[in-house]
Amino acid sequence: MTDSTAGRIARGRPSAWDRLRINRNWLGFWFMVPAGIILLAFLAYPLGKGVWLSFTDAKIGRDGTFIGLENYEWLGVPWSSDSDGVFWQSVFNTLVYTGFASVVKFVVGLYLALLLNQNLPFKALIRSIVLIPFVVPTVLSAIAFWWLFDSQFSIISWSLRQMGVIQTNINFLGDPNNARASVIFANIWRGVPFIAITLLAGLQTVSPSLYEAATLDGASKWQIFRHITFPLLTPIIAVVMTFSVLFTFTDFQLIWAMTRGGPVNSTHLMATLSYQRAILAGNLGEGAAIATAMVPFLLFAIMVSWFGLQRRKWQQGGSDD
Amino acid sequence: MTDQSLPAPGTRPGITDSSEGMAYLDTLPRRLVSVYLPLFVIIIVLMFPFYWMVLTAIKPDEQLIDMDTYNPFFVVSPTLKHINKLLFETQYPLWLWNTMYVSVVATALALFASVLAAYALVRIRFRGAQWVGAAIFLAYLVPPSILFIPLATIIQAYGLFDTPLSLVLVYPTILIPFSTWLLMGYFKTIPYELEECALIDGASRWQILTKIILPLAIPGIISASIFSLTLCWNEFIYALTFLSSTQNKTVPVAIVSEFVDGDIYRWGSLMAGALVGSLPLVILYSFFVEHYVSAMTGAVKE
Repeated sequence: MTDSTAGRIARGRPSAWDRLRINRNWLGFWFMVPAGIILLAFLAYPLGKGVWLSFTDAKIGRDGTFIGLENYEWLGVPWSSDSDGVFWQSVFNTLVYTGFASVVKFVVGLYLALLLNQNLPFKALIRSIVLIPFVVPTVLSAIAFWWLFDSQFSIISWSLRQMGVIQTNINFLGDPNNARASVIFANIWRGVPFIAITLLAGLQTVSPSLYEAATLDGASKWQIFRHITFPLLTPIIAVVMTFSVLFTFTDFQLIWAMTRGGPVNSTHLMATLSYQRAILAGNLGEGAAIATAMVPFLLFAIMVSWFGLQRRKWQQGGSDD
Repeated sequence: MTDQSLPAPGTRPGITDSSEGMAYLDTLPRRLVSVYLPLFVIIIVLMFPFYWMVLTAIKPDEQLIDMDTYNPFFVVSPTLKHINKLLFETQYPLWLWNTMYVSVVATALALFASVLAAYALVRIRFRGAQWVGAAIFLAYLVPPSILFIPLATIIQAYGLFDTPLSLVLVYPTILIPFSTWLLMGYFKTIPYELEECALIDGASRWQILTKIILPLAIPGIISASIFSLTLCWNEFIYALTFLSSTQNKTVPVAIVSEFVDGDIYRWGSLMAGALVGSLPLVILYSFFVEHYVSAMTGAVKE
């Protein structure tokens, strides 16, 4: 290579072409182009457009005009008389759904991760079995739960009846509170494996010598967990729980496949309500307003995650690069 | 019996946390109660809906609704009728094909973009790379549920409504942030010296990426592809919003909208549809689960 680019640059001023090819910043730019275009066109732009739509009266097939806060008022600010209260019910449902499901998912997921981190026979087999709920597409497992929770042929009702616990079938998806409990259970079932496997990955990075040292010092298992495992796992817990909370909060498919928001809107989440209003009823503006109302919650989750990540860098004693 | 004084009396049996290094201190009965039993219960609960899905898919109709003559937990004289009906009397093969096509093309597109982006973020370290990296991480936190309404209007405006191409273009927004994040973790583990040698020998960045980094990062790329395929296969709200004609649907959407009628015997074909739609992913994962765990470990270690 007699005439390498580096050689040419060393000899004189680099041409514009060389600069575009060699300059670190331009090079980085070229490498970022494919990802950048996709994310800007189908993520950033729609995000902005969604906020704009929420201030318009757009319908399907018709561009809207700016109508200010009317959509939000209609959804139910307290001083508006138009609202039907469904929006606030969906907010309440979403918070209950997210709260219960996330806490249980975390506790069971962490517990399962600790169990899986033991020296077990058939380790690989057990891990792949545990991952199955995560691998089966959510809608398909939701359909299986729909069948499990059938009002007539539910195997759960049948078993309980055989055991003599109940006399009549449980109306799982027909009664508001039962329906809530059922979808929360299905969500927990779906979410535990991911949390468990991710935390397991975190557990495996903890050096066994720490446990050995602690055991020699006479620490109990609870103390070991409390003072070694948990602090070392905190950063990854922060990340995985942010994702979990975020995706539980904005869940759509599980509800849509199992109850479609019923009975009497008792399982409507903000996402399902916005689909119903925007796509089925055609009021894009109103649906967009419901979707935009989720953003503050998302920002809150992102803040939590951000501080979780900061802490991780600080804990490792390094600056980020 | 080894030294029993080590585990303090206040130990909670539920939280067991010993690593391989110290596990020899536990006796078998103790492990039975604190490890195997809870694990067994959790696995049964996690597996049961899937078992039920398989069982229903191969159960003859009369056994499905008659729970008193036959024990519902097992099947007598299993049948392939439901699966047969699914494959030859509905458009299921077409839906399966649509799902695969969209997943594979979207994954390929996303991986191409993510490899370039991850490499640039980790190794080229252009000005502002930190901020771009943070922005990509934040992009992962934007859920489809708040994007589907504006995206529907955009897809409509581009004339892509009711085409698989709309999904191929939109799915990478879900895949790129995760894959980039995972691949960045992988690329960081590759020694920088290799790249310096190649630079001195006159290789371009593109040559370094394709000839040095990619071959070394194959495990990471496999994990990212598997994860991306799963996410595409699993995706529902975009497919539900963008696709309207029966022959264009993906499996999850088709199952929910095409099979659900008032028929009391629909459960067999519904579960058969769910089973056949899940099997490809289950098989894929059963081969790569160790891979997945180690990839996550790599990403976590960073």
